[in-house]
Amino acid sequence: MQAVQERAVVTRRSRLVLPKHVRMRYDPLRQAWAVLSPERIFWPNEIGLEILRRCDGKTSVRAIIAALALEFDAEEEEISEDVIAFLQEWADNLLLRFS
Amino acid sequence: MSDPLLPPIAMLAELTHRCPLQCPYCSNPLELMKANREMDTAGWLDLFEQAADMGVLQVHLSGGEPTLRRDLEEIVRKLSSRAVYTNLITAGVGIAEGRIEALAEAGLDHVQLSLQGARPETADLVSNYKGALAKKVETARRVRAAGLPLTVNAPVHRHNIGEVEQFIELALSLDAERLEIANVQYSGWALVNRAALMPSYSAVEREIEIVEEARERLKGVLNIDFVPPDYFATYPKPCMGGWARDAFAVAPDGTVLPCHAAQTIPSLTFERFGDKSLADIWADSPAFNAFRGTDWMQEPCRSCERREIDWGGCRCQAMAIAGDAAATDPVCVKSPFRESILALVQDAQPEPESEKTGSAAESFKYRRIGAAPVT
Repeated sequence: MQAVQERAVVTRRSRLVLPKHVRMRYDPLRQAWAVLSPERIFWPNEIGLEILRRCDGKTSVRAIIAALALEFDAEEEEISEDVIAFLQEWADNLLLRFS
Repeated sequence: MSDPLLPPIAMLAELTHRCPLQCPYCSNPLELMKANREMDTAGWLDLFEQAADMGVLQVHLSGGEPTLRRDLEEIVRKLSSRAVYTNLITAGVGIAEGRIEALAEAGLDHVQLSLQGARPETADLVSNYKGALAKKVETARRVRAAGLPLTVNAPVHRHNIGEVEQFIELALSLDAERLEIANVQYSGWALVNRAALMPSYSAVEREIEIVEEARERLKGVLNIDFVPPDYFATYPKPCMGGWARDAFAVAPDGTVLPCHAAQTIPSLTFERFGDKSLADIWADSPAFNAFRGTDWMQEPCRSCERREIDWGGCRCQAMAIAGDAAATDPVCVKSPFRESILALVQDAQPEPESEKTGSAAESFKYRRIGAAPVT
């Protein structure tokens, strides 16, 4: 029998990773990074890509927020809500997994 | 053409028309090709190489039943070597032991498995294949065991619209991450069988309620894609995301098509890969340029604010119902042919509680090579 599955909620402690079948690749023709997934192709913006690149299954959401705040010279509180909302949306679409 | 020519991003490869199932809703053309007309391995490999060069990022390997091609592993390996995303669209019956593992090994990214019914009797009736569901369940198990992600595709019509809840349960139990509840589109064999397939209005309303509830409940667990029945809609679907805009299809013999049903438009002629390069066909084929962009549109599309949302809808449906491939898709609320669509919808009687399998089977014209009805 199937185990009961539930929607997982992204917190600062979560560690997320792109599943094997969700692939980031650079498209030289369109000069942009694409995320290839079953039936759909996404073109995340610069910040989206910076978030996804850090989703290695080891780095916590808290650490991702800290790194992005440093890189984009922003306050952590300023960006944390948006980062978590982005990750939750990708997780809800099963494009990110919890490790 | 006012807009610059975009490179294609996705491609549907109909590798073969051979299929063990005989579904009456099949979107393949009525004139099905036999194996001896299929393009050979070298042809397909060359085509995929050119497609990758042109910018194609995703290839849907379909048919017919694509696993009937013995060179499928080789095809997947080629696409994988070019980092092209591969999606196998399979009926999931008669797949030899070890084959799915070999495809996974070759680099296959994803499998889409069709289910004709959530109950064995329904699956048998619709596919005209004994014991189809049990084989499909076994295929799903092997797909997941091979570490491949699974989408369950349920083409919905009047004979299985009452099983949508069971389709959702089944998709969960098969450990699918996506479920497509796709109301059948009336082209190819589905158009021939339209009267037998058309659901009632009340059944569609119920279906939509079930899907909306399940989507909310299963957020983050199962992605449910819902393809609404366009006869019941207000605006048409943006067929192919716009004719020859960023996707194309290839028939088993290598004929390159703007959409898989494009050969139902008699005024168009199509070119075969090999006679010309893919890039030449994409850019210069008169069939591709016939309905590209918006310049070809007539009223009410031409001045419609949705012209670059719907792209005029389906050209094949315009041909089939309005008798003019450049007309507005007849399902559109603005089409002068809308009344005839509504009449077809209204003619569909409520589904009986239990239907005799025999009578339903008699109403179907099953999809078979050489079985095309004379029109």
